[in-house]
Amino acid sequence: MSTKILSKSEGFYDVYDRRPGTDKDTTHYCPGCGHGILHKLIAEALTDFGVKDNAIIISPVGCSVFAYYYFSAGNLQAAHGRAPAVATGVKRSLPESIVISYQGDGDLAAIGGNEILHAANRGEAISVFFVNNAIYGMTGGQMAPTTLIGQKTTTTPYGRTVANEGYPIKMSEIIASLTAPVYVERVMMADTKSISNTRRAVRKAIKNQVEKKGFSFVEVLSTCPTGWKMTAPQAEEWIKTTLAQHFPLGVLKDISGDVEPLNLDHHLLPTDRIGKAINLPEADADQPKFVIPDTVNEEIKISGFGGQGVLSLGVWLSEFGMREGLNVSWIPSYGPEMRGGTAHCHVKLANRPIGSPLVVHPTILVATNRPSLEKFEKEVIPGGKIFWDNSLMDITPSRTDIIRYPVPATEIANQLGNTKTANVVMLGVITGVSEFLDENIVRRTLPQIFKKKHLLDINMQAFNKGLEVAASLKRIA
Amino acid sequence: MANARGFVAVNEEECKGCDLCVTACPVDVLHLAQHFNTHGYNPSEYDGDGCTGCGVCFYACPEPGALTVFKNWEESRHKYLNPNGEGVTSLTLKDPIKGLAVIEATGEIIALSNFLNLKFAE
Ligand SMILES: Cc1ncc(C[n+]2csc(CCOP(=O)(O)OP(=O)(O)O)c2C)c(N)n1
Ligand code: SF4
Ligand code: SF4
Ligand code: SF4
Repeated sequence: MSTKILSKSEGFYDVYDRRPGTDKDTTHYCPGCGHGILHKLIAEALTDFGVKDNAIIISPVGCSVFAYYYFSAGNLQAAHGRAPAVATGVKRSLPESIVISYQGDGDLAAIGGNEILHAANRGEAISVFFVNNAIYGMTGGQMAPTTLIGQKTTTTPYGRTVANEGYPIKMSEIIASLTAPVYVERVMMADTKSISNTRRAVRKAIKNQVEKKGFSFVEVLSTCPTGWKMTAPQAEEWIKTTLAQHFPLGVLKDISGDVEPLNLDHHLLPTDRIGKAINLPEADADQPKFVIPDTVNEEIKISGFGGQGVLSLGVWLSEFGMREGLNVSWIPSYGPEMRGGTAHCHVKLANRPIGSPLVVHPTILVATNRPSLEKFEKEVIPGGKIFWDNSLMDITPSRTDIIRYPVPATEIANQLGNTKTANVVMLGVITGVSEFLDENIVRRTLPQIFKKKHLLDINMQAFNKGLEVAASLKRIA
Repeated sequence: MANARGFVAVNEEECKGCDLCVTACPVDVLHLAQHFNTHGYNPSEYDGDGCTGCGVCFYACPEPGALTVFKNWEESRHKYLNPNGEGVTSLTLKDPIKGLAVIEATGEIIALSNFLNLKFAE
């Protein structure tokens, strides 16, 4: 501690702009809550090591769900218990970043027990801070896996019993029994000495990651005055007299001094080897016949009844995009109406990297039933395209600032003898009028989609019909 | 007091009155105030004398911005910058408990301020 002034760390935002409401200066934690103290130690360490702008903190579900209000670092908030899985993905794709998984005992030891074990067992090069306050704070003081025998919580009103709820789980001991972790320690925050010791452990866990040492895990016995129904000083006392008696403090494992820095790049499978690794057929070697514009940025929503093949159409579009060398994403949205109701999917095709796969303002809407057109028409950007199956609905888009493509897809498919080819008719139309799809690539890929010859033949016909419709629509326009 | 070279400033509005700094201070120079801050907490208050600048309260406190500890107040206070970014020649505490400071530049009083809002040249 060489600094002459101890003040709010630069690892925190000056003003907590993300915090809703008028108070942007204080945390949302209860008075005397241990989360705040641990936040301060982490923020200080990240700042002191000069890595705060390179750090990504994964916050959990629990009272610390809003950690991203406070830390002036990269922040992600994960689903309950999944912070180690998210941290794994982040660390592997950005091996130079400092990734922190911050979790409570409900999050880490209950719903996320599986995630943390496997992240530890794989030896992910992350730092985990495990706040053990022996209770579910956020939800109002229910029993946690770390609740002590006899401890009263809202779900163990007579005290936890071995017979009913089993023993408090000792996560540090379990993690330390694995081969991969390099550093596992249990500390507490209950007085000056123990907080200073926690500060040392926090710094070590982060330093280990800076030095590429591997998986570090620090369990922190921490106050929850609200859940424990105590004053903050009483809560600190209870940690010393009771909690720490059941969860012994100390280093459970430390091989960080003995291990060589990891080569973290080995996790990244070079893209040219991915296809081989999963046994994909060789992609087409020849270039697309036409030049894909370098400004492709299509956001496509395809919506219809379940069974109309709207989800498949989305998958195919992303497949073609991939073969053209574009970045693509596809996500389905089934909703509760899986049977009979509306299903839709979101597809993105772009030259630039894709962030969220959600399509909020489509450049292209494909609506194959009336509810879909009614629901999504208003979302389309001005100048966007709407394709709709006019053989199945009696309405047309009311907007005048969009380009209209009425396609009797189902009628054509029926004439061909198979209603199910309607989505391929639609594909033909989209291919015919769009600049981001290469007809030749589509043609060469269709045999891999329809492997049976009779299916391929009829779908090729459907595709050709679609191209014809496109040509006539283009003439009109 | 012989060892009173430190100084602790409480940012009242960021304090939650949890009492942890009060119990932690080894020389017992902090207490909870009688009055309430706008959040309804009794904020921590410095007795005004006797702080050794040990920093114990800073690490005991869960609120990132509630406490600022100056380990060597005599040295620190001469390094304040006035709101124009110039060094100030003198800074005397008008109300050490609330952290109100009289800032003087070449003998003239230029501001009366809560010094936590001031910048510090290090
Ligand atoms: C999938 C899912 N299941 C359950 C919940 C309800 N829930 C919210 S927080 C929480 C436990 C929080 O306890 P802990 O991880 O100990 O954190 P603390 O609040 O004590 O810091 C639970 C069960 C949820 N949000 N999501
Ligand atoms: S409920 Fe407990 S863990 Fe949650 S903020 Fe309050 S004191 Fe902290
Ligand atoms: S710095 Fe030390 S002496 Fe000064 S108020 Fe804080 S705990 Fe007490
Ligand atoms: S520890 Fe912090 S929040 Fe608690 S009373 Fe002291 S200054 Fe206020």
